[in-house]
Amino acid sequence: MTIHDSSETPPAGTPTTGAPRADILGDEEALRLRGDFPALHQSVNGHPLVYLDSGATSQKPSVVLDAERRYLETTNAAVHRGAHSLAAAATELYEDARVTVADFVGARDDEIVWTSNATEGLNLIAYAFSNASAGRGGEAAERFRLGAGDEIVITEAEHHSNLVPWQELAFRTGATLRFVPVDDEGVITAEAAAAVIGERTRLVAFTHVSNVTGAISPVADLVRMAHAVGALVVLDACQSAPHLPLDLDALDVDFAVFSGHKMLAPTGIGALYGRRELLNTMPPFLTGGSMITTVTMEKSEYLPAPQRFEAGTQRVSQVIALAEAVRYLRAVGMDGIAAHERSLGERLLAGLADIRGVRVLGPLDADRRTGLAAIDVEGVHAHDVGQYLDDRGIAARVGHHCAQPLHRRLGVTASTRASTYLYNTTADVDAFLEGVAGVRSFFGEA
Amino acid sequence: MGSPELANLYQQVILDHSKRKKGFGLAEGGAAESHQLNPTCGDEITLRLHLAADDTIERISWEGAGCSISMASASLLSELVPGLTRSEARERIALFRELMRSKGEGVEDDEPLGDAAALEGVSRYVARVKCAMLGWVAFEDTLSLSS
Repeated sequence: MTIHDSSETPPAGTPTTGAPRADILGDEEALRLRGDFPALHQSVNGHPLVYLDSGATSQKPSVVLDAERRYLETTNAAVHRGAHSLAAAATELYEDARVTVADFVGARDDEIVWTSNATEGLNLIAYAFSNASAGRGGEAAERFRLGAGDEIVITEAEHHSNLVPWQELAFRTGATLRFVPVDDEGVITAEAAAAVIGERTRLVAFTHVSNVTGAISPVADLVRMAHAVGALVVLDACQSAPHLPLDLDALDVDFAVFSGHKMLAPTGIGALYGRRELLNTMPPFLTGGSMITTVTMEKSEYLPAPQRFEAGTQRVSQVIALAEAVRYLRAVGMDGIAAHERSLGERLLAGLADIRGVRVLGPLDADRRTGLAAIDVEGVHAHDVGQYLDDRGIAARVGHHCAQPLHRRLGVTASTRASTYLYNTTADVDAFLEGVAGVRSFFGEA
Repeated sequence: MGSPELANLYQQVILDHSKRKKGFGLAEGGAAESHQLNPTCGDEITLRLHLAADDTIERISWEGAGCSISMASASLLSELVPGLTRSEARERIALFRELMRSKGEGVEDDEPLGDAAALEGVSRYVARVKCAMLGWVAFEDTLSLSS
């Protein structure tokens, strides 16, 4: 692995490079970008780090780290309160960031609510439904009320964060939780969804891209079916927002969530997208300061969205950093990133197909998935595979990736996942393939 | 091939036990049973304690699925415990726990652990200590449940 010295040439991802480009990043460009990511320049267990765990969390470029630090050093103040200059500047940066991130995902700025992460965004929706079901929100919140006879539909491919909150919502409201079974490849199909989504369905929540198989869901089909019966759609965009061009308005979903730390930003920041008219009629989840208009000792009136969902002092520096991350991604170009990862994914699939005793989970067709692959190695537990890879400096994810039902359906309890991003190269993929090829003999299985 | 550290973690005795598991398969009866699950990786073990008439440990029987470390560790435990008194068993568990928490330093005298001392290499890898402890925690639980 060659490590690019970023002092020689300007980093390609700096926000000043102008309009988004559609060309595919090659290895050379990816290596150049790698120069922007300090954490990628280190040795692990005597080998140059090969980071293939961006599906869990991405590394961060210096511009993002610098933006957060610069904000804290120069502008730090509480937003949406206080009349002093720093407070005004902080508020402006905070709201500008909302415009930047909204634009990145095809939303309007008042349709983006800051959350700690995607999990909080999903819980926010679930608790808003729950609060409406308990009678909060008046007549305007009618469409969020659930009770016996109503159905919440999810899929068998969901991450636990898009599963457990709906189980709890069903328990609290008396609604029934149903799921769309995946096919033998672990894929959500329109046919299977059609058999579950019906006139009792009030909410359909599913992932855009599986964090286990990388399979891309038939979003348009599911949205059409849900809307045909008057159900609202929640899209888990955690594995799509960082990797694919995303236009939530065009996808016509009602809600979506994503996490900043998977898309070059720090932890502690994510976003909930909601259609404006929904957010403005939905009862709040977290309540307290900054989300109210009038408070008496008996009751309170709430601000319109997004403020009504942003109670308490906000995570301003992370918001600023997320906006910087989005600018970085835009400057590199999401089409180019997607195409690059697709080609890395193709190489992964092709290489893994040649290794005896290795099974790739999910569809084997690169067109139907993003640039990640989770594998089962015959006779060797995922933890042992991961340990062997780590010994070679390769960071891959092992375990059930917070998707136990999908693993169970695919007949395994755990898997080993390599997930690529804009800074990965074919050399990284080859290092992984070479590592995997040695696993079974090391453990005496071949 | 792996580094010396990796070879030390996966010693032959461990790989052998992970493939030919001693005590594997739940036997009828037993004084107590414990089920332990490692939620991060899904490794699980169900273990039964079988006592002799004089309340010493006759043997343990177990089944489960998981990584080579968790399987080998339970297998090695099965070899170690027959004939021990309850207090000797608890001493062995405490010693093994100390070994696992030693961050590669080892313990002064690991002789009472028999072949299970080969798991010392695990202590360098904090993320794997839970794997090695799984069967031992189940065993400890059955001792409490049956007393």
